Amino acid sequence: MKDVVFLPVGDSAISVEFGRNIDSKINKRIRSLSDSLRFKPVRGVTECVPTFRSLLVCYNPEQTGYDTLVRKLKKRLSSIGDTNTNTKRVFHIPVCYGGEFGEDIGFVSSHTGLSENEIIDLHTGRDYLIFMLGFLPGFAYLGDMDSRLFTPRLSNPRTSIPAGSVGIGGEQTGIYPLASPGGWQLIGRTPVRPYDPDRESPILYAAGDYVRFFAVCREEYDIIESKVKDGSYICNITETTE
Amino acid sequence: MGIKIISPGLLTTVQDLGRFGYMDSGFSPCGAMDSFSAKLANILVDNSEYDGVLEMTMLGITAQFDEDNIIAITGAGFEPKINGITVPMNTAVRINAGDILDCGPAKTGCRGYLSVAGGFDIPLVMGSMSTNLKCKIGGYQGRKLVAGDVIPLRYPQDRLYAMERRKIDMKTSCDSIKTIHVILGPQDDYFSDMGKETFFSEIYKVTAESDRMGIKLDGAPVGAVNGVDIISDGIALGSVQIPSSGKPIIMMADRQTTGGYAKIATVITSDIPLLAQMRPGDALKFEAVDMEYARNRIKADIRILNKLKDDIIRTDTLLRYV
Repeated sequence: MKDVVFLPVGDSAISVEFGRNIDSKINKRIRSLSDSLRFKPVRGVTECVPTFRSLLVCYNPEQTGYDTLVRKLKKRLSSIGDTNTNTKRVFHIPVCYGGEFGEDIGFVSSHTGLSENEIIDLHTGRDYLIFMLGFLPGFAYLGDMDSRLFTPRLSNPRTSIPAGSVGIGGEQTGIYPLASPGGWQLIGRTPVRPYDPDRESPILYAAGDYVRFFAVCREEYDIIESKVKDGSYICNITETTE
Repeated sequence: MGIKIISPGLLTTVQDLGRFGYMDSGFSPCGAMDSFSAKLANILVDNSEYDGVLEMTMLGITAQFDEDNIIAITGAGFEPKINGITVPMNTAVRINAGDILDCGPAKTGCRGYLSVAGGFDIPLVMGSMSTNLKCKIGGYQGRKLVAGDVIPLRYPQDRLYAMERRKIDMKTSCDSIKTIHVILGPQDDYFSDMGKETFFSEIYKVTAESDRMGIKLDGAPVGAVNGVDIISDGIALGSVQIPSSGKPIIMMADRQTTGGYAKIATVITSDIPLLAQMRPGDALKFEAVDMEYARNRIKADIRILNKLKDDIIRTDTLLRYV
């Protein structure tokens, strides 16, 4: 707890910093505080935004203040310890790689010296921890991509990228949840919607979950897409105890 | 049943005080940019402060009411007319079925708020009426209003008690350079002493690229010690980001939830409405304050709203209407 730093963010938020670098252990501690505040709310707290190495705690300044809240957060931190569960929840996300959906896979291939199949094998070969959600609804910041896949962003970002696009941007990989401008190298597309406002829970996953990609052909993509559209597709989720 | 939009203005959306609790999934809170004026508009017509209002930007709506109602317009300096006759701002005003309200352009300020007694009949999305333009959710069909829209009303009121006291004098500052108060941090250590000196001594101008996401400023670049890239973290209302250009961006209601630029300071809650009313070309300077100053300003704001409520519900009011 000694290493936790509290910083005022104006008169309506506090940044609770847990460390200096991107680290899954630090990230886990952030989430346990965030979950604790969600399930056992503190008066005046309106939002908790867990990110790589800090938790932004937003509050209504008419209901509480900086000093009171820091005191309560310290107390909460010492009481939660490491009691969070060790269940690992993995969302299996189908991706149709290359072709019209992944028009930059050729560039990634020439940049990395890997064949398209090697790119797909490496990209689908591990579980990615969702460090945080942000930027857009349901946009997951995934950690620990294989370094052989690192590819710089486009020098000229596209003005619109279709929802579901899967890309590589520098050392990161992820899914565009909405049509949006963007500069990542597109390697494929998933029919699954990380964000669907009409679904009972609009956001598919949360920080702390894992994503595992698996390759599907175009026919399978189309079948899944039609199921997603009529609401009958259920994303395969596996849970294991670490 | 409702109000029919004849002319939608430049950017008119339904907003309440915001959609809270979803930033961790990437949803901006949205909500009225000038939340003080939105609260005021609702109090004037006996609504909850948390109820939805129409936020009108620079140019207001022209609309026809199909039922008798009471309305109030607050915020920017509009000169609203009903059937061509000017009606006062910051005052509860009676409007009859068939009447046409024309809000016209704002003479001063940027954003006006229209409330209707009994509220707009807008479904809650994730607990809020606020329009999220990026996600196309909330408000009226998730978008800005267009001509021909009919905004349904919940319980139109043809009368409210104490109409003569449902008004408030709002003093607007005449300073040509507005002072915006900030609390230093959370990443002020990314900036050189010279950079901080620049930030607090220079005058910045609001650019035309400003919108509900952020107020982009032009002026002397703020120097960083070793770049402005941080490991992405959460962004609070009023955070002053310094991107690589060195020109500050103040993050507002529709901001991204997370970002990777260092934030030198954060605008205090009570000065957000002032920022929301600034137009492209307006000038401001930053002044550092402490938490106690910010707290006192919030108390002062609450006092203004409470005094208005007390003025409306006075003992003699109750005696007269019992």
